[in-house]
This record gives sequence, C-alpha cells and structure tokens, in this order.
Amino acid sequence: MTGNTPADTGGSAVADGAARPVLRVTSLVKRFGDVTAVDGVSFDLMPGASLGIVGESGSGKTTTARVLAGLERPTSGTVELDGRVVAGPEAGRPAARGGTRGRVPGGGARRDRLWRASRLQMIFQDPYGSLDPRQTVARSVAEPMRLHAPGPAAGRRARVRELLDQVGLSERAGGSLPRDLSGGQRQRAAIARALAVRPRVLLLDEAVAALDVSIQAQILTLLDGLRRDTGISYVFVSHDLAVVRHVTETAIVMRHGRVVERGGTERILREPRHPYTRLLLDSIPSPDWDLDRVARDRRALDRL
Amino acid sequence: MTLTIPALRARGARRHRPLGVSLAAAFLALVAATGLLAPLLAPHSPDATSLLDSLAPPGTAGHLLGTDSTGRDVLSRLMYGARLSLLAPLGVVLLSGLLGTAVGLLAARAGGWVDAVLARGMDIVFSFPSLLLAMLVVAVSGPGLAAPICVLAVSYTPFVGRVVRSVAIQEGARPYIEGYRVMGFGGFHVAVRHLLPNILPVLVAQSALSFGYALVDLASLSYLGLGVRPPDADWGSMISEAQSAVLQGEPWSGLVPGCAVLLTVVSVNVLAEHIGGSIGGKRSEGA
Repeated sequence: MTGNTPADTGGSAVADGAARPVLRVTSLVKRFGDVTAVDGVSFDLMPGASLGIVGESGSGKTTTARVLAGLERPTSGTVELDGRVVAGPEAGRPAARGGTRGRVPGGGARRDRLWRASRLQMIFQDPYGSLDPRQTVARSVAEPMRLHAPGPAAGRRARVRELLDQVGLSERAGGSLPRDLSGGQRQRAAIARALAVRPRVLLLDEAVAALDVSIQAQILTLLDGLRRDTGISYVFVSHDLAVVRHVTETAIVMRHGRVVERGGTERILREPRHPYTRLLLDSIPSPDWDLDRVARDRRALDRL
Repeated sequence: MTLTIPALRARGARRHRPLGVSLAAAFLALVAATGLLAPLLAPHSPDATSLLDSLAPPGTAGHLLGTDSTGRDVLSRLMYGARLSLLAPLGVVLLSGLLGTAVGLLAARAGGWVDAVLARGMDIVFSFPSLLLAMLVVAVSGPGLAAPICVLAVSYTPFVGRVVRSVAIQEGARPYIEGYRVMGFGGFHVAVRHLLPNILPVLVAQSALSFGYALVDLASLSYLGLGVRPPDADWGSMISEAQSAVLQGEPWSGLVPGCAVLLTVVSVNVLAEHIGGSIGGKRSEGA
C-alpha cells in the first residue's frame, strides 16, 4: 500500500477506501427500556483490518454487532459504512466528510438495505440454525447473488463453485442439505454465502464458539487466508480471548455496554491495563488457576 | 457420519405406516373416486323417485343400500352427494388456510400493534359460534352453498391463523431468518419464500384437521335446510330428509349417509394426525 495513496484523486472506490475507515462507529448507544445495552461505543475499522470486540455475555458486544448489521436501530450515535451513514439520525445520507460520493441515487428503503447488505455481511454463532434447512448449500449461496446481481444462472453457478472451493467445501457438500453437514462445514457454507456479494466488512458474532477446538482452528485459518486474499475487513465479536488473539490486530474490551480498554490485541493480552481485562484473562483455566482470586477480583470490580 | 447414515435409514425403514392410517387413506380415496365417477358407477339417477319402492331396506334387489321415503336410490344419492360433501369442506379448508396463513404470518412478522389487533380479532372470531353466524348469513342471502362456505372459512381462519402465528414466531427467531434480512432481503420475500415453506407441514396438518369440522358443520347446515337446495344431494340433506322415516321406524335411509359422514371425518382426522405426528418426529430428529 506504500507509495500508492492517491488521496487527492478520489478515483476508484478502492483507492478512496484505503484512505479512510470502511466502518466508523461513533458514540453508539442502544437502550432497551431502562437497560442500556450499548453505551457510547466508538471505533474505526480500516480496510483489510481486523478488530476484536471482547466481553462476557451481557457486555453489549452482541447488541453492538446487531446494530452494525441493521437488525437493531441505535438509540443514538452513528454507524458509517464506506463513507455513508447507515444508522443514526441522518441514516441514508452521505457522511459529511465523504461528500456526495457515498450517495446512492434514488434512495428508498429497499435501495438502502441492498446498499448496506452489499458492503456488510454477518456470520452467526449457530451454524445449525443459520442456513435454511430446506435449501441445499449451493442454493443458499446463490440466493444473495440473485438479489444483488441478477444475471444468467450459468454465471452464478460458476461463482458458487468458486466460493465453495474458496471456503474448502466440495461440490458434493454444495449439493447437500445443511442437516447432512457437520458444524464446521455449515459454518464454511455460511462464510461462502456471506462472501457471495463481495462485502467489504464481515461481521462475525461468536462465529466459532459452537465448534470443536480443532474445527475452530480450521475455520480461523480459513478466515485469515480469506482476509489476505480479498482484503476484506473483520469485526470479530467473541468472549474467547485465544480466538481473538488469533484473528485480530486490534481489539476493544466491553463491559456493561462501555469500552473499557482498546488497543493492539497482543498488547491487551500481554499487559492489560483495565482491571476487567485482567479479570477476563485470569478467568481462563490454567495450571496456576486461582478461583478464589478471580472471585475476589470480580467483587472488587463490581464495587467500583 | 458414515456410521449414522445407515443407522438412520434402518430406523426409517422399520417405521412403517400404521394400519389405521392406511385404512383411512384408502377409504377417503374410495369416497373421492365414487364422487368423481358417480355418473358411471351409480345404478340409478339420484333424483328418480318411485313411490312404490319407497323405504326399501338395504339389500333389496336393485337397491343395494335401499331407498328413501320417495323411493330414490340411497347408494346413488350417496355417490352423487359425495361430490358436494367433499368439495364444500375442501373449499372451506382452502379459503381458511389462505386467510389464516396471511393473517398469522402478518401478525408474526409485523409484531407490535398489528400483532395485537390481529390476535384480538382472531380471538373474537374464534369465540363466535360459527354455525350461528352461518345461519344468520344464510338467512340474509338465501340458501345455497357459497355463503356457508365463505362464513365457515372466515370462522375457521383463527384455527389456522393462531397456529401459523405461533409457529412463525418460533421459526422466525432462528438465525437463518435474520440472516436473510442481513443479506438485504425484504420482509415479504423472507416470510413467503423462506418462512412459509418451513412451516408448511404444520399448516397442512392443521388445515386437514379443520376439514373434518367443516364437513360436519356443512352437513349440519344442510340438515337444517340451509345448505344445498333440494333435490340436489349432499349427505347432510340426506340425513335431514330421512328424519320422518327414522321416526316411523325405518332408520336406514338416515343411517347410511350418517355413517358416511362419520367415517369420512374420522378418516380425515386420523390422516391429519398422522401427517402432523410424522412432521413432529422429523423436526425433533433434525434439531
């Protein structure tokens, strides 16, 4: 990327994207009644980067992911995707900084939805429930293509084969129903489907939490390779620090809806600054594990 | 994997259809066939009266199931009557299935006040006696089958709508449905193309169950003289016409169509329950 930053030309979308974050979240707040699930979360995600969102259940990390995916509306704050505000008070308008380049002509709810979906896709935790039980894997993968890029079926079939190959699924697996596949195969199928529209951001919500450890490693290796090959960005939501260490360079740690620590993933795991991050690290089972100390620290933290 | 698949197959092969279900299916097929082929199979015209032969008991030469009080052949009338007796409930089932699916899906997917209004609306319709409603409408519109079919369809709508709503809410909470939204699909597409096919088995089982109720309700209306117009035959009106003969101690012309209603309703319900049960088994197996 060095020596190739034509920030002033503003020509191609790729060159433009290299200069600014592909995803920018600003002061995001989500309340459910009296409960504030997400409280002022902000972060930037650069193209090709991978960001971890770490926290225990109830920390607001999944709600954050759901707002990013458009499954929940934020109470306040903005989500800016590829230079355009997709959620927030001015959703649908181009971001002030982005000028008019991000504008989608015509507007309309369907257009907005498609625009967002073509740039951000999501992988869910449960590989058993995230595929339509009645559709073969190949049809599931082809479906978003039909919506986003209608065209001849032959071209679509070729692309489906290519995608299945990319995630390491055989053609035979492509012809199977989800119930005939293993958990790891299903998650590969979900990844292929998410990649079908060539999104710029892939949101992974506990994407490997339901898989065996050995399968987890395979999927994480696959994700690493895909990012290298396609330049896609990841937002990786997880409670598992070892997993986050494997696939992200930077991370934010969330607790009670707030970001309590942010920085390079390695640094956070090696020398955590916030007591909560330290507690999370101490909670991982290890030979010199001291349950009493973990419980003591948690009580101390709750008193803060 | 290679171990589980043969195991599943073996279990599937051993699980054969119960005898009752086969009998029910065979009986319904027979009734449908005789209704369809009535002009070819019926020994007499269903409307040909012959007062000399009136109230012949079953087994009389030329009249296998006897004759009614005006000497019409009961078997022939039963065969012709099967047409209306099966088609009219089928109309009710299809209409109420369509309405119930639309209302149930809309309530489940829209949620909020739409759901509240539709759910209360279904409760109101559900609590209103359908037969009474049908009688009111027939009193206004005059006899004929169209009005009762429409009224029964509306009053059976909650029967289907409630089940569709609850199953759609349950199924809609699964991540693949949310996944389609993230992919950019609209609510209507997701509901009709993905949610509906996945709840279709439940829908079919529930509709089949309401077929039996519709048949009895329509027979009751015909019995009350509010359904088909004489001399057209359907089983309800045949029972109604046999009334005076039954009081005279000649029960045959009423018992035969009565048995036809009973056996058909029981068969439909056995079949519906089997469909529902086998789907339930498949679902838990898949999960």
